[in-house]
Amino acid sequence: MSGLGRVVRSGVGRRRVQTVVIGLATTMAVTASVLGGSLLVASAAPFDNAFAEQKGAHLAAEFDAGRTTSAQLSATASASGVTASAGPFPTVTTTPTADGPGDPAPMSVVGRADPGGPVDAVTLTDGAWADAVDEIVVSADGPFAHYREGSGVGRRFTFPDLPGSPTLTVVGVARSISRTADGWVLPSLITAPTGYQVLYRLATADTAEQVDAGRAAVAALAPEGALSGSQSWLVLKKAADRAVAVFVPFLVAFGLLGLVMSLLVVGNVVAGAVGAGTRRIGILKSLGFTPAQVVWAYVAQALIPAAVGTAIGVVVGNLLTIPVLAETEEVYGTVTSAVSPVVAAVVIAGALGMVAVTALTSALRAGRLRTVDAIAVGRTPRHGRGRWAARLTARLPLPRPVGLGLARPFARPARAMAMGAAVLFGATAVTFAVGLASSLNELQIARDHDNADVRIGVEGNGNAVPSGPGTRLDVDSAAVTAAVEAQPGTRAHYSTTRTRVSVAGVAGTSTIVSFSGDATWDGYEMVAGRWFQAPGEAVAARPFLTATGAEVGDTVTLDDGGKSVTVRIVGDVFEMSSEGMVVLTDEATFAAAPGPMGASHHIAVRPGTDVTAYIGALDTALKPLGTSARPARTDGGSDTIVLINSLTATLTLMLVAVAALGVLNSVVLDTRERVRDIGVHRALGMTPKQTITMVVSSVLVTGVVGAAIGVPAGVALHGAVMPAMEKSAGLGLPASVFAVHDLPELLLMGVAGLLIAIVGALLPATWAARTSTATALRTE
Amino acid sequence: MTTPVIELRDVSRRYDEGPPALRDVSLTVHAGEAVAILGPSGSGKSTMLNLIAGLDRPDTGTVTVAGKRVDGLGEAASARFRRAGIGMVFQFFNLLDDLTVTDNVVLPAQLAGMARGEASRRAAELLDTLGIARHARAYPGRLSGGERQRVAVARALMNRPALLLADEPTGALDTASGEDVSALLTELNADGQTIVVVTHDLALARSCTRRTIRLVDGKIAGDVAANPEPTR
Repeated sequence: MSGLGRVVRSGVGRRRVQTVVIGLATTMAVTASVLGGSLLVASAAPFDNAFAEQKGAHLAAEFDAGRTTSAQLSATASASGVTASAGPFPTVTTTPTADGPGDPAPMSVVGRADPGGPVDAVTLTDGAWADAVDEIVVSADGPFAHYREGSGVGRRFTFPDLPGSPTLTVVGVARSISRTADGWVLPSLITAPTGYQVLYRLATADTAEQVDAGRAAVAALAPEGALSGSQSWLVLKKAADRAVAVFVPFLVAFGLLGLVMSLLVVGNVVAGAVGAGTRRIGILKSLGFTPAQVVWAYVAQALIPAAVGTAIGVVVGNLLTIPVLAETEEVYGTVTSAVSPVVAAVVIAGALGMVAVTALTSALRAGRLRTVDAIAVGRTPRHGRGRWAARLTARLPLPRPVGLGLARPFARPARAMAMGAAVLFGATAVTFAVGLASSLNELQIARDHDNADVRIGVEGNGNAVPSGPGTRLDVDSAAVTAAVEAQPGTRAHYSTTRTRVSVAGVAGTSTIVSFSGDATWDGYEMVAGRWFQAPGEAVAARPFLTATGAEVGDTVTLDDGGKSVTVRIVGDVFEMSSEGMVVLTDEATFAAAPGPMGASHHIAVRPGTDVTAYIGALDTALKPLGTSARPARTDGGSDTIVLINSLTATLTLMLVAVAALGVLNSVVLDTRERVRDIGVHRALGMTPKQTITMVVSSVLVTGVVGAAIGVPAGVALHGAVMPAMEKSAGLGLPASVFAVHDLPELLLMGVAGLLIAIVGALLPATWAARTSTATALRTE
Repeated sequence: MTTPVIELRDVSRRYDEGPPALRDVSLTVHAGEAVAILGPSGSGKSTMLNLIAGLDRPDTGTVTVAGKRVDGLGEAASARFRRAGIGMVFQFFNLLDDLTVTDNVVLPAQLAGMARGEASRRAAELLDTLGIARHARAYPGRLSGGERQRVAVARALMNRPALLLADEPTGALDTASGEDVSALLTELNADGQTIVVVTHDLALARSCTRRTIRLVDGKIAGDVAANPEPTR
């Protein structure tokens, strides 16, 4: 082995602490970078990526089975502009009944033998594809999956409208990026299709006009009038982009935080480790090593443990990223298999490049030192830095170990700043995460507006259907109101009725919610303006206002099948039902007949009232009316918010760990450098506990400063990300979602930042306390 | 005969697989004595000093200093014992460069919990006695070798220890400074301070101690009283 090789080997093998620290720091940094980078990639146009991966259908066409045959439709595959097609698949829309409390909603069922193919490659998220006539696969994004705690596999549905009224068992849950069906069965099950589905990919489909041209070309090759409906991928893309837009800013923020922290920690550790070897570099030069040999020796000494750390980090990062990405995909409604190889490659190259460049820079600096100076470094203490701090702390009425520790950062300001930056990022991450979690909780509270104790009828958000078997939709709402108001224990009560209306100039329909009674107690939150008070007044959600171009103070005309009502918008209300295309007003303004969903009643009971007993008594009165009451707060939290909270917790823990490791690395280097001083202290009678106190105190100033900057930075990041989420989602969020930080909580966050520093310092502090005094005194 | 300050009984110490650094050494040093431990490199001098200071533990035997068994003390108890009963002076001074002379000197007292004011008064007294009061606010890096060693001696005496251990106290000094430190140790001993000096410098041993213990290969090869009337 050459002299250089021996130097490298001994440097790696004998300087174990330095080797381990570089390896550990690289592992954590690469892990965080893989996670952060993967999130950034996953957050970049997730719908487009999933659409490309699943070969999504640019055009999903539905043909009337009465006007065409499967064979005739096969010809449409050669239509101008069509590059690939799948189908025809027989379809039928029918309303199944579930084997338990269920949702009697219509299900669009497609007969499809296999999930793959040239267009719309459906991905199974659970279970298997149907391969028997009594099996069905349900859509992960439809109302038939995610049953109770499970995905829905094993659930049974009976289809009374299909020949033989078959009962099918759910054997799989799958996701189609083109949302082509609620359920898939074997084609042989659909013996009497009402339609055929054909899925097309087009050569150009970037604009509505291009998709329309494709549709026209397809329609021209089909029998006249056979094309009964179609869906452009642009509509899905718009909806998907809007849905994920809420979460992209926050995931990007976390991803960037992870990447920046990783760079910082690795740079700091490698620079510190190489800097600590300056005296050895001097000795090597005195033995005849050229500056270039010395520099390469030190770059290699840093690169070897870094390479090992990188390899471990990539594996750990992948293992950690897969479940996180799975959660992200649930949020985005997409399917991606694993970490992008590009991310792994970039992270590996970036980490090793960073280590090499940092080591090279530090080694070049050391290599340029005169040999005699390099030898003197480390043996001769540096003079001058931080003496004022040492003088000051010596006079403070503090235990001496605390004073000695407090002065330490001022002796090595660059290292202290690097450590402070790690704490700063950690505190920023914690503050941001806690703020975000609080905002999401506030969002959920505002969305659910569920101050009611008891409900009768449909769910409050209007997206669900009546629950419980035997629930009738034609209940006499006035009779229910009379029963509720006659019931002892009722404190407040109102009812709502939902009706579809159209608005001039706005495509599709909007929902008008007519209120009977005062609903202001039920947690409706205003983004701007006020709640409606007089006949003719209404409040609307931001998407409705955006779509109609209306602002608070404007009037809007709503059309309910020829009956027009003009309302004045007096408030922008946070309401996410009906995708925000919703207007809320009093029934005196818009007295609609109960729609297909019936009226829902919301009741608050008097303080001290037993809700269960109240419901029991009320049910007695409601029974003759054909309805029943139920507790209002049994709904679980939003899946999306649970996912976001879970993601936030994972990412925060990761960033905090990286921050603590950054501190640990700095303190390890500092403690190693000061081992002789520590030996002197010990020889003079410093106990192990006092030694730990001194080392831990050495991070207090840095921790406080890092936290003092990091906490406001976290608040600022939250302040920037939340409006970005609001803007990209096109929602108007109430003030309660933004103003989530209060002083005690911020102080706690500051303490958390300080804790990151203390936890990071504890290990090297313990190591310092255990170091043999005699050995320490002999150490140069 | 005065009370023993140091009592080593059948003390042995071996590091790893090497030969014993000390073998069955027994030794008694009484209060007020000035003892030099002489020997070539590797003879066991530093091991003996470390055992007396409670920085290391013997494999066998007992070590009693100022009436306290130190061979079985834990780290914290050993530190407290050292703080109260032992003053140490090192070859390379081991002063903390980022602290002023006064702050270096008061450190052992502050670790023991003495109030800053009281510790400062004691430090000022010591610096005055040792003739370096004018350097009280200076940093060690600006002092000569002899002055630094005086500061180290002042720090060692801060808590009025029963025993002053000096490890090659003139090893890093020029001749004049070495003689200066030697005279200082002689003066301290004359005032009743028990001193153990580990050195390979026969001249130092002769000038400031009255008893010389010679170590060879971990065993006491000679223990002789010398210079019964040390030169002042």
